[in-house]
Amino acid sequence: MTGNGSDSVTVNVLEIEGVTLCPGEGSGPPLFLAQPLSFWGGADRSTGMIIDTHHPQHGALLGGTVLMMDASRGSSSSSSVLAEQLRAGVGPAAIVLTARDAIVALGVLAATELYGNTTPVVLLSAMDAAILRNSLPHGPAVPSPGLARVAVTAHADGSAVVVLQLQTPRQGQS
Amino acid sequence: MLDGRRGPGTAMAMRMVVALAKVLDADTLIPVHNAHIDSCLYHGQAGLDFAQKLVDLGARVAVPTTLNVSSLDLMHPGLIRLPPEEAVPARALMDAYRALGARATWTCAPYQTLERPTLGEDIAWAESNAIVFANSVQGARTERYGDFIDICAAITGRVPHAGLHLSELRVPKLELDCSELSPQLLGHEAGWAALGGVIGRIAGSRIPLLTGIDPALIDEDKLKAFGATAASSGGLALFHVAGFTPEARAAGWNSAPEREIITAAMVRGIRDELTTAGPSDALDTVALGTPHFSLSEFGKLAALVGVQPSFAKSCTVWISTSREVLGQAQEAGLAQLAQARGARIVVDTCTYVTPILGPEERSVMTPSGKWAWYAPMNLGVEVIFGTLEECVASAVAGKVVRHDWQWE
Repeated sequence: MTGNGSDSVTVNVLEIEGVTLCPGEGSGPPLFLAQPLSFWGGADRSTGMIIDTHHPQHGALLGGTVLMMDASRGSSSSSSVLAEQLRAGVGPAAIVLTARDAIVALGVLAATELYGNTTPVVLLSAMDAAILRNSLPHGPAVPSPGLARVAVTAHADGSAVVVLQLQTPRQGQS
Repeated sequence: MLDGRRGPGTAMAMRMVVALAKVLDADTLIPVHNAHIDSCLYHGQAGLDFAQKLVDLGARVAVPTTLNVSSLDLMHPGLIRLPPEEAVPARALMDAYRALGARATWTCAPYQTLERPTLGEDIAWAESNAIVFANSVQGARTERYGDFIDICAAITGRVPHAGLHLSELRVPKLELDCSELSPQLLGHEAGWAALGGVIGRIAGSRIPLLTGIDPALIDEDKLKAFGATAASSGGLALFHVAGFTPEARAAGWNSAPEREIITAAMVRGIRDELTTAGPSDALDTVALGTPHFSLSEFGKLAALVGVQPSFAKSCTVWISTSREVLGQAQEAGLAQLAQARGARIVVDTCTYVTPILGPEERSVMTPSGKWAWYAPMNLGVEVIFGTLEECVASAVAGKVVRHDWQWE
């Protein structure tokens, strides 16, 4: 789903090249995490909500977002929790990292094997990630549905592209 | 393997290993001697689906494979208070891993008796305390494997040539001078656990080398306590001790490019940080055996309780251990000695990963930094972190007893 239907106008404002960690395609409102997240213990496996009370974005929902963070942290059981969120349909639509995070990648790879999930995981340089973050219209910490979207395409040959889109709904889309 | 000539289950496992190699930017795969699996602890339907798909596709492990703790104690099923909607899939997950050919060891400390990897051996281990112990104390080589990839490495016998399998990434970068720490502070497991908390935090992603410690003060129980706390609070996967651990001895490492001094105040700071209960709170429980109690720890406990009356009726003493070690402790008469004083023994699982403690057990004393780190979050209990001697004295008194001299 890219959200480019006839009921909205989409303008690509920024296009950044990255490296494929897990191939796939996905788009959604950006959710930039100011601190690393441990999926195990930190995010609910059946709702996709950030439940770590120490996390500044406690209460945010991961479902359908393009999740941007440097890397995850903590237990390797996080792979299972991420795979379970993707199974339950409450996981991110795409994940953009600045580190080669095996724990995140394995959760996505398992969901791909089991459920044909197509969530891409892309590696950006720290500088490119900062450019993307600073280009978000409503500040990096708040998801902005209906306005900013990020479309991520990660090819099996290793090349990937992350596109920041500004989207205006044309009619009655909530 | 990828082409399915070894069966579709092996092909699925190999796809995961090759995909991880790409994620880690590794050019080649290397063989491993054995595997230790943590995916057998239930975290939701996806983990069960993954294991059952491998079973359905006919996969089998290709190397000797041990299993970490699960959510259930199969030998004492009445102890676990898990609701059926969790217990049923948790049991199915255990059955799936046995069907794949893994051994029903159900322990987080396979290194104590079951699988003793040796210097330079490449292995594929999951479970953070087992990883840091095998890498550091035994000198084997494992990356920090976890859910899904542990079983895929066991089935294929292969892992990406990356991370801690590479000699150049195992060299110490940070010397931590412990020469200011007293023999009494380094004389008990809890002191080492608190030291692990200090070093896990300081080291970050740098491999630490501990210096200035008399090797006569060191044993495997202390290094287990150290590694488990450093791994859970800081993510440490490898450390060296000058003059003691096998790689440090082989390479003659006595210093590293960066250096910091560790003080007793830093160690006591972690003790206090891991203590969430107030000093006057009643004591309901003592939790021992995280990671799983060793035979020598049963011996240390027996020596302490030998001169004490029974534990207070208001205080339950739980010991988590493996079936294997329990059998040895029973043979030696050590388990019975603890049980006669009122201790209750759990196997196959651990008191912080599954509901075992009763609703009335709210304040818990433990010498385990790992238990103290996770239990407030997992179980919602208050924790008092202390030495084994303090725990035993407190269990007898039914309230917290401190031996401040052990922390000087």
